[in-house]
Amino acid sequence: MSLNNRYEFVFLFDVKDGNPNGDPDAGNLPRVDAETGQGLVTDVCLKRKVRNYVGLFKEETPPFEIYIKEKAVLNRSNQRAYTALDLKPESKKLPKKEEDARKVTQWMCQNFFDIRTFGAVMSTDVNTGQVRGPVQLNFARSIDPVVSAEHSITRMAVTTEKEAEKQSGDNRTMGRKFTIPYGLYRCHGFISANLAKQTGFGEEDLELLWDALINMLDHDRSASRGEMSPCALYVFKHDSPLGNAPARKLFELIDINRISEGPARDYNDYQVSIREDQLPSGVQLIKYLE
Amino acid sequence: MGFCLEVSGEFACFTRPEMKVERVSYDVITPSAARAIFEAILWKPAIEWHITEIEVLNPIKWMNLRRNEMESIASFRSAKTAMKEGSGLLGIYADEQRQQRASLLLKDVRYRIHGEFTMTEKAGPEDSAAKFADMFRRRAKKGQCFNQPYLGCREFSCDFALADEEDGAPAINEDRDLGFMLYDLDYSDPSAPSPLFFRARMDNGRIAIPAKDSEEVRG
Repeated sequence: MSLNNRYEFVFLFDVKDGNPNGDPDAGNLPRVDAETGQGLVTDVCLKRKVRNYVGLFKEETPPFEIYIKEKAVLNRSNQRAYTALDLKPESKKLPKKEEDARKVTQWMCQNFFDIRTFGAVMSTDVNTGQVRGPVQLNFARSIDPVVSAEHSITRMAVTTEKEAEKQSGDNRTMGRKFTIPYGLYRCHGFISANLAKQTGFGEEDLELLWDALINMLDHDRSASRGEMSPCALYVFKHDSPLGNAPARKLFELIDINRISEGPARDYNDYQVSIREDQLPSGVQLIKYLE
Repeated sequence: MGFCLEVSGEFACFTRPEMKVERVSYDVITPSAARAIFEAILWKPAIEWHITEIEVLNPIKWMNLRRNEMESIASFRSAKTAMKEGSGLLGIYADEQRQQRASLLLKDVRYRIHGEFTMTEKAGPEDSAAKFADMFRRRAKKGQCFNQPYLGCREFSCDFALADEEDGAPAINEDRDLGFMLYDLDYSDPSAPSPLFFRARMDNGRIAIPAKDSEEVRG
């Protein structure tokens, strides 16, 4: 069953003493908007986490297999058995080859969660190989400017004999890591019911997506990330597939304000206020996590 | 029939075709990206959108961003084989095919875009321009769209609103020769879309867009 409603969502997450998304251009410092000092987390960084969570949770099996994989989450040697679905071509008029391409693309959508959700480019000489996924994510941005701290750390071992000789057996090297003490990030997402129809993204996939957003940070622990946690997931559900209100009007209903003095170090330093009384008709607000 | 949309977004990237590995945006939105915004709100095979004028409302600002991207695209051939045989290894391994690519993006953009549509030969007897005009106006007013429109790349979604030209903010007071710019792709041969270019000039923040069949648009 594909979707009959348009959705927008606001996903809030925070980071404590960690680096949510390193900038390869700045020696892996946390990404910041140079003009405002606000922290940034790219769309692709969050999509990677959704993929990893679904890969882990659904154990990489169709119809929830993940196309763009990270090695850590899968068993490489497994030969996947797919069910080749006999699809009826949508229109008889199309030339044979294009029909064929469409079938293959549809088949990929059916087996792979990430292709169905985010789309993929599978270009051949016919341009039906490109799928636009229904789920569109923007960059996440921190509410307040973030401050990056640089920490020098030492390692009590060396990698090579040569290094050991150089230090005459001292065997110590220094490294650096970057953290931000605290940052609350806000990400906006969009789900098009019309594009969901084209890729076959259904209600079950949608539930899985909310699940992934809520739980993915708990399965993405590492030395660099620090403590990242989901804080809130607010979903605007429109009555119609085309939507009932402009996305911006809905996002504006959610305000996040500082309620403490000094630098923020916790989610409790913020207050989220939602003007629910101003919710346009035909739009429902669902709080999956608060 | 003419319409006017005001669109704005935090970031935008209208990639120059000559610099698309490490993406560099044009200074302003291209007619083809502007057309896609109208189409995200309403499009049917019976109509074709044309952009007539672009007004630049915010100063042109830049930002650099580097991301990890993939080297290859999904393989059509192995997908086909796996589909036929019912088994096989598909998937791309992110850490084996990683590329770091920079993008030079636009920041805080706001445009007023003027567009109109004409009926195509695919229009049926029940289709009329007035019907589509009403439908477009209704959707744009209510914030309805087929999919959320974006500024060049999907991660840079944009707000849109039906604009009132009289009350709107003025275009920036700047003249700029934008050089040769992508006009749109010519899809008359769907298997090989070919790019069209035009010489873009911004006068007082306004860019006049020539008609597709005019002499100013070249392949």
